[in-house]
Amino acid sequence: MMRLRIGLCLASVFVASLALAQGGIDKRRSGYQDMGPSLQKMQDDGTANPGMLFVQLGAQAWATPAGAANKACVDCHGASGATMKGVALRYPAIPEGADTPADLEARINLCRTANQKAAPLPPESRELLSLSAYVAHQSRGQPIAPPDDPRLAPFRERGAALWAARQGQLNLSCAACHDDNAGKKLAGVTIPEAHPTGYPVYRLEWQTLGSLKRRLRNCLVGIRAESYAYDSPEYVMLELFLMERARGMAFEAPAVRP
Amino acid sequence: MANVLINAPKTARRGEIIEIKALILHPMETGFRPGTNGSIIARNIIERFTATWNGDEIFRIDLSPAIAANPFVSFFAVATDSGTVSLRWSGDEGFQVEESIAITVE
Ligand code: HEC
Ligand code: HEC
Repeated sequence: MMRLRIGLCLASVFVASLALAQGGIDKRRSGYQDMGPSLQKMQDDGTANPGMLFVQLGAQAWATPAGAANKACVDCHGASGATMKGVALRYPAIPEGADTPADLEARINLCRTANQKAAPLPPESRELLSLSAYVAHQSRGQPIAPPDDPRLAPFRERGAALWAARQGQLNLSCAACHDDNAGKKLAGVTIPEAHPTGYPVYRLEWQTLGSLKRRLRNCLVGIRAESYAYDSPEYVMLELFLMERARGMAFEAPAVRP
Repeated sequence: MANVLINAPKTARRGEIIEIKALILHPMETGFRPGTNGSIIARNIIERFTATWNGDEIFRIDLSPAIAANPFVSFFAVATDSGTVSLRWSGDEGFQVEESIAITVE
């Protein structure tokens, strides 16, 4: 009798820890959870979230022919944009025929140059951000799912090293704030865990939509480090690392951030 | 290009108070900021927003340079008759946008 009870007890402990190990509790927090209820509502309401204005612009650009090929995105990818469902969740990735990873904006620009025979759109330009917001919005609510491409591993590792390295006049690493002090205050601001769940985001401070790159540049400037050029591979490496770190978290683009 | 998002009910009971919300893409450039070359960027704001219900004005605001980009306007109206609610934004550089929505009052 006694032995049976101990057996049952052990079995239930085992079942409970199994549930935990299977990710019963995910302690990661998106920047969304650090915002007040009014900003959360603004993000959730499709007619109050200013990022949706850019999604609307993106839908127009999606259907507008461009370049020497005079082709629109619709001509190859379909009118609804539904073919882009899930795409933003697995970038940066290595495009076919390439050997280095591209983020979503770079992948869109690849279609601009290779398929539309048009000039690439400048970084942070309204048209590029609108197209990436339109593409990213198709994946809203789905879990972030980086590809299991072994060729990405060395790039992601370099991203992890950048994350951990102290830099700038303030001699801080990304990890010093976002791993070690997340949830605490920096001046009046809650330090988020820095998950790339919502990009491109409408940041109230910017009063416009901005890419993950722009956000990373902001943090680099904040620690008085020299930010990398817009087309440098360091951003893509950091983005790869951040997407892996946020694997499985719900995608929110276009999110709102303070 | 006009880029507007409107949130309003399509139907309402007679006498019901309804909320109409509208968001518009606009830089709301203050006219106080120097550009990268040091000279002041010309002011470019929306100066006025008006709403009419079947042609009668029901709501109006004057906007100022202190209002953020992409202004969001929310107001309430009493639903009286079925018809058209027209929203108009006008401002610097000849900015003129009009969007209309139909509301059925039962
Ligand atoms: C002439 C045809 C053509 C045009 C025009 C075109 N694309 Fe593509 N696009 C392709 C092909 C082919 C691929 C690679 C095959 C694939 O991965 O689906 C691709 C891939 C992509 C991908 C990556 C998809 C994935 O699953 O990884 C994105 C994002 C994309 N295109 C966006 C755009 C956008 C935005 C436009 C308009 C600015 C555009 N494309 C215009 C043909 C085109
Ligand atoms: C001094 C502390 C500090 C350091 C160091 C720092 N950040 Fe940040 N980071 C912040 C704060 C604070 C915010 C939120 C800003 C706000 O909401 O105004 C932020 C925001 C972010 C976000 C946006 C999260 C979201 O929810 O959208 C990302 C991504 C990010 N940081 C990445 C990085 C990377 C990568 C580095 C290293 C290059 C870095 N940060 C270094 C303080 C820091």
